[in-house]
Amino acid sequence: MTPVLDVRGLAYAYPDGHAALRGVDLHVHAGERVALLGPNGAGKTTLVLHLNGIHTPESGTVAVSGLPVEKEHLAEIRRRVGIVFQDPDDQLFMGSVRDDVAFGPANLGLRGEALEQRVLEALDQVGMADFRDRPPHHLSFGQRRRVAVATVLAMRPEILVLDEPSSNLDPASRRELADILRGLDVTVLMVTHDLPYALELCPRAVVLSEGRVVADGATYDVLTDDALMRAHRLELPFGFDPRVTGRPTGPESAPPAG
Amino acid sequence: MGSGHGHRLHYHGHSPLHRAPAHLKLVGLLGFALVVVLTPREWYAVYAGYLAVLLVAVRISRVPPTYLLKRMVVEVPFVVFAVLVPFVATGPRVDVLGLSLSEPGLVAAFGLLAKGTLGVLASLLLAATTEPADLLAGLERLHAPELLVQIMGFMIRYLDVVTGELGRMLVAMRSRGVDPRSPRHWPVLARTLGALFVRSFERGERVHLAMLSRGYTGRMPR
Repeated sequence: MTPVLDVRGLAYAYPDGHAALRGVDLHVHAGERVALLGPNGAGKTTLVLHLNGIHTPESGTVAVSGLPVEKEHLAEIRRRVGIVFQDPDDQLFMGSVRDDVAFGPANLGLRGEALEQRVLEALDQVGMADFRDRPPHHLSFGQRRRVAVATVLAMRPEILVLDEPSSNLDPASRRELADILRGLDVTVLMVTHDLPYALELCPRAVVLSEGRVVADGATYDVLTDDALMRAHRLELPFGFDPRVTGRPTGPESAPPAG
Repeated sequence: MGSGHGHRLHYHGHSPLHRAPAHLKLVGLLGFALVVVLTPREWYAVYAGYLAVLLVAVRISRVPPTYLLKRMVVEVPFVVFAVLVPFVATGPRVDVLGLSLSEPGLVAAFGLLAKGTLGVLASLLLAATTEPADLLAGLERLHAPELLVQIMGFMIRYLDVVTGELGRMLVAMRSRGVDPRSPRHWPVLARTLGALFVRSFERGERVHLAMLSRGYTGRMPR
C-alpha cells in the first residue's frame, strides 16, 4: 500500500549553512496518528515545511500518497497536506471565520453552494459552526485553534499536520481538541512537546533529534525507554508516568480515564 | 490586556444610515469632502450649511454626539497648527482681545479648522455607521485596486493583534521599572517600537507561509 507520507533520505541545510535535517526517513500510512517528538531545534518544523513544499530538499525525496513534492504538483500537494500552524493568529487572517475556512477550498476552485457546504462541514467537525460570522480575533484562544483546524479540514486533506496543537490551551480546551482530533477520520502527524497528549492521541511516536530519526515505535515504548528519553532531552512532566497509566489498549489509544 | 473587541469606531445601530450600502456612503463622503475642500474660505454661511447637513445626518444615525466628539481628538494637532497661524502669518494685523493677529492668518486658520473639522466629523460618522468588513466590500464594489483593499483587510485583522503585542511589551517594560511616558526612557521606547516592527514583519512572513500552505498563489479567491 502506498504510504500517505513517504520521506526518504531527506537532508536540508539553512542558507547560513546550519544543517537542520541529515537524512530523515519516515513513512506514515493511511489512518495512523503519529506523534513527532524531539527537543527544541531537532528539525521538527523544518521537516514539516518540507511536507508541503515550502522548503525544497537538498537531497532525498518526499511523496504524499505517491505524488512527489515537486513544483508542478504544489497545488495538489498543498491540498493533500493540511498544516495547522502553532499560532492561530498566523493561520486566521480573514475578516470572518467563514471566509477563513473558505480560503483554502476557494483556492482549489470551489465556489457558491459547494464552497458553503464545505465550510459548514469543516466547522461542524470542530464544533464551531455557530461562530461562522464572527471575526476570528473575537474568539477565545481555544476556539481560534479549532477554527484553524477547520481551515485545513475544509481542504479535505489526506494528512493533517499539527504543530504543537496543545500549546497555550487551558486543560478544558486541550481535552476538547483531543476529542475532536480523535473523532476525525484522517491521518495525523502531530508535532508536540506534550508527551501525555502524544500518548493519549497517537499510538505511534517518532523521535527526531539533531536532524535524524532516532526512534520510531509505539508511543508507550518510546516514552518508557528511559535511556532513549535521556539521550534526546525528552522528559516526562512531573507526575506523569506511562507505566502507571498503563499501555493504551486497542487500535485506538483511549484517554487515560475515559 | 486581553483582546478587547475591535469596534473602537463603530457604533452598533440600525438607523437608515447604518443600513445604507457602504459604497454609497463612501461615495457620499468623498463627494462631501471634495465639495468642502473646494469651497472658498470666505463663504462662511455655506460652511454653516455644511455643518447643519452633517448634524442632521448624525441625528438620523442616532449615534450619540458625545461618542463622535470624544473621537474627534485625532484632530488636535491640526487645531494647534491652525491656532498658531494667526500669530505667525504676515499681512495686515487686527487686535483681538488685546492680541495682535494677522488678518489673512485668521481667515486661513478658519479655513483649516472648518474644513478639517467637517472632514473628520463626516469620516467618523461613516466609521460609526459602517462595519469595517462592509467598508472593504464597498471599496471592492467601487473597483478600488484589489491589492490595496487586501492590505486594508489585513490591517483591520491584525490591528488588535499588534496593539495587543505592544500592550504586553509596555507592561513588561513597566514591570522592569521603565516608564514609557518619561522622555528619559524614550530611547527604550523607540527600541521597543523597532522590536514591534520586526515582530510584525516576522508575523507577516508566517501568515504568508500559512496562506501558501492553503494553496494561495498570489490572488485572493473570489
